Parts: sequence; C-alpha cells; structure tokens
Amino acid sequence: MVNRLIYMDNNATTPLHPEVKKTIAEGLELFGNASSFHSFGRNSKKYIEEAREKIANIINSQPEEIVFVGSGSEANNTVLNMFACTTHTCLHVECGKTILTSTIEHPCILESVKCLQSQHSKVFYLDVDKYGRIKMDKLDEYLSLGKIGLVSVMMANNEIGTLQDIKKITELAHKAGALMHTDAVQALGKVPIDVKDIDVDYLSLSAHKIYGPKGVGALYIKKGIPFCPYIRGGHQERGRRAGTENTLGIIGFGKAVEMAEIEIKENTNKLLFLKEKLSLGISKSIPDISFNGHAKECLPNTLNVSFDGAEGESILLYLDLEGIAVSTGSACSSGSLDPSHVLLATGIEVEKAHGSIRFSLGRENTEEDVEYVLEKLPRIIERIRKMSTAYEVSK
Amino acid sequence: MMTDDFNWVYTERVKEHFTNPLNILEDIDSYKEDGKGMVGNVKCGDQMLMVIKVDSEKGVVTDCKWKTYGCASAIASTSMLSKMVKGMTLEDAYKITPKDITKELGGLPEHKVHCSVLGDKALRAAINDYYKRNNMQNKVIEEKAKIICQCMSVTDLDIEHAVLEGAKTYYELQEMTKIGTVCGQCKTSAIDTMEMYKKKHF
Repeated sequence: MVNRLIYMDNNATTPLHPEVKKTIAEGLELFGNASSFHSFGRNSKKYIEEAREKIANIINSQPEEIVFVGSGSEANNTVLNMFACTTHTCLHVECGKTILTSTIEHPCILESVKCLQSQHSKVFYLDVDKYGRIKMDKLDEYLSLGKIGLVSVMMANNEIGTLQDIKKITELAHKAGALMHTDAVQALGKVPIDVKDIDVDYLSLSAHKIYGPKGVGALYIKKGIPFCPYIRGGHQERGRRAGTENTLGIIGFGKAVEMAEIEIKENTNKLLFLKEKLSLGISKSIPDISFNGHAKECLPNTLNVSFDGAEGESILLYLDLEGIAVSTGSACSSGSLDPSHVLLATGIEVEKAHGSIRFSLGRENTEEDVEYVLEKLPRIIERIRKMSTAYEVSK
Repeated sequence: MMTDDFNWVYTERVKEHFTNPLNILEDIDSYKEDGKGMVGNVKCGDQMLMVIKVDSEKGVVTDCKWKTYGCASAIASTSMLSKMVKGMTLEDAYKITPKDITKELGGLPEHKVHCSVLGDKALRAAINDYYKRNNMQNKVIEEKAKIICQCMSVTDLDIEHAVLEGAKTYYELQEMTKIGTVCGQCKTSAIDTMEMYKKKHF
C-alpha cells in the first residue's frame, strides 16, 4: 500500500499555489467579456491588465509587450509560424526567412519547424555539447551565412535543466541581423529573467509550470519588433491574439507570477539544497549511475540520472508503486520508438537514455521527501538490475 | 483529493506480475538449461533472455526462467508466459502468441502491446535452440521474412512491427514503412497483411 505521495515531476506540471487557488476561486464571479464596454466587461479587463503588469514586471518588460495565449506551445508556434509564412501577400518583412534552432528544443518547436520545412521553409539545427550547451562556434558558422531570419533557442531545457547563455546568443544573432526568440517556459520562476538585459525579441512563458493554472501562456514581443498573429479574427490582445480572454487562467497566471517573484530566492535555495542531497544520496547508495546535463549551468530543481542496466519505465512504475512520481527519457514511456531526443543530442549512449530518470523538484518538496526517495530507490534499482539482461553484460 | 491509488494504466493482474514477477533467472551458471533464447537489443530499449528445461521423453516444458531489460509490460507479460508454459508440450508452447498472454493478463494498454512480443519470441528461440542441441533440426522453424513491397523492400515482418507500433490505417503504415510509395502495386496485399496482423495482435 502506498503510504505517502511524493511529486517530483514539476517540470511536467505543478500543483496550484495555495494563493493561486484563492485568487481563482475569487475570480469565479468574474464572467464579463473583457471586450465589453459595460461594467462587467471593464471589471474583467481590469483584472486581466493587472495580471499583465505582474508578468511584465517579472521579466522586466512593458505590459503592452505581453500577449496572453493558450499555452507555452502556442506562444512558440506563434513565433515560428510568422517566420515560415511564405504567402507574401501581406508583404511582411519577416516572411520566408530561415530559422535556426537547436536539437534539444521542446517538441512544440521541433515538430513545428519540421512541418514548416515540409512547406519549404529552411531550418538549421544547432548541436549541443555533452552537457546540453549550444556549441557557440556552430552558431557563428550558421549566422555567418547571413540568411538567418530567426534564432530560437530555449533558455532552460525541460529534461536535463541545462541553461543557455541567451544573452550571448542574442548578441550574436542580432549582430548577424537575425531576430531572437527564446522558450523560457521552464526558466520562469526558477531563474531570473530580464528581457532588457538579455535583449531577446520574443520570449515564451507558461503558467502551469510555476504553480499557476493550465491552459494559459504568454508571449513577450519586444516593442517595434515585427509580429503577425497566429489566431486571427478578434481585436483582443491588441489584435495580436484573437479569442475571448481566459480571464480565470490569466488572473491565476498573474498571481502565480506574483508569488514566484516573492518566493524565488527562498525556493531556489531550498531546491538547490534538496537536489544536492538527492544527487549525493544517489551517488553514494547506487553504483553505475551517471548524471545528465550541466552540473552548474542548470535549473535548481532538475536532476537527470541514468541507471546502467535498468530500463526507465520500469523504474518509473516501481517508484510510482511507492507513491513517488518522476519521469523518464526511455522510449517505452513516450509511446514512440526513440528515447529522449535531448539525451541523445548530448551524445550519451542510447542505453543510458533508456535508463534515465528525471527528478524535477518543486516548492512543496521537503527533506523528508528526498530521504524517502533515497530509501526506496536503491532497492528498486537493485531489483531491476537483478532481473536485467543488460546489467552483468555492461559490467 | 482527486487521486486514485488503483487507477493504474495496467490491469490488476499486470500490476501483480510486475510487482512480483515469477520465475526470474537468478544465476544462469548453475541453471542447467536445455534450451536458451535471447532476443531484442538493449539499444532498442528491450531485450529478453529465456531458458527452458525439457522432459525429452514427453516433449514437455518442465521449467522456464527469464531475465529482461524491459518495461513493466515486458516484465509482466514474460512473468505470465513463464507460468503458462510450464507443463506444455513444445509444440503448444511454440504456438503461444502475445495475444494469448495479453488475454491472461486481462489486457494491456494498446500502445504497450508491442512490449509484450519479446517474451514469446524468446521462448520460440529457446525451443528452437533445444531442437538444435538435440539433433532435431527438422523441427526447427525459421521465421523468414517475405517481401511484400518490392520497390521499398518492405517485408511482412516489417508490417507486423508497424502494426505493433500502432499503425492502424494504410496511410499510417505508409508513414512508418514507406510501403507502396513507389509503384503502389502492393497496396492490396499490404492492406491484407496489415489486417491479418491487426487481428493477430489486437
């Protein structure tokens, strides 16, 4: 019988912050359409604009540079589609430009560019080193071609937590005349983001990774930078995203951001401490393991480990039986044939990708949680290895 | 809280076999097997080793042990298979299909069915190995692939593989195997083969 439940899959999604719950509950009465001129509409509008200010504030932008969308994926798709559009009927300056992205992006970037490629867009991919960091010399090489319209590189990777030097990448992109987009969905609330400092042109955000509700994201678009809507047919969001606003989601997002700003320092310290304890504990108690990602330039909450000779989905499900929730880069859990494209891009052996587990800690995790995992995990790995055809072989 | 401890992706039976797998091969050196089969590849994410003991007079499998590098479905289905096969004649054991095992387990999630096919493959390899060790070459059945699409050299086994990976329509089959994408003459036989495997496995 499961005697406790421990959630360590916070990069997949997070539980609502108690304050966010309260805000949403209060907001249930807000039903007015923010586009209406009467008091009901104006009231909803007021709350939406307050949330916009909070989001602008946490990334140091102006409120009018923030567009609310339906998800981080929508934010990313919006930017990419703009550059790939080849209709040319609108004489848009950015149409049909070449896109440069990386091999470790979220599927919502990779699948989108793949589809755009099939519509004759040109796309180039940047490789990463064994820690998941963009190879800067390759970036230089591609940019020197002089044809790149957009560079899109994620700020923090969801699987291994590796952070990129977005400021530097942006500087190089701008020097080469390209615009810069970063998917900051995993970075928000975990590391400071300052759009003035890093100077990106577009930046994607999502609410549900920072203890906000699902179904709402935001796109930062720097003032004066070309933009073309993805969802058309309404004047909402200054004509940049049609569709009646998700008022409840947006105010929940605003509250989540407000709380993230207040708690970021305290949370970061705690997460770093717990992650260190977890990684040390695993190193001490389990042989033949390896950590994936960058040791320092990494999200404070993400720990990705490969266990030799143990298949990831089995580990995940044995942990699940003990009430511990994690995720894996194994092919078997993804429903596809291939293990994590991120881990493979870092050049690790396929076996290690199949045997990888991601612990992504959150604000609710405690030291006891980590101790509980460290109590259960070694036995699970030992058990799986005992029945594994791949353990002795690799020894 | 809106959670349910028992709301597992797998049936209770699968969970049982996954939690307490039967007939794990603990020490291959001291196990004097009569036949041994190893299939799959760790690089592809799953591998299966199966060993059997055979009563040569009766031609009956008396014991069966296994090891795997695989997911929950692979573990549970092989555990179940190892239980089913004991006491069976070699001929009957050879005929066990993944569908038989899945049925005993009370079903598997559709996208996990392909994980359950290694156990019976390893068993057939072990049985063939037993025949070979005992000079019964005439009984060995080789699984030969038959070309269905000449242009792209896609075989019936490729089609079976695609079906197990989730191909349900001819379009999906083409996406996965490129079958019939050149001259297109094989379309009818490709669809027939696909339907045959869909029936076999689902």
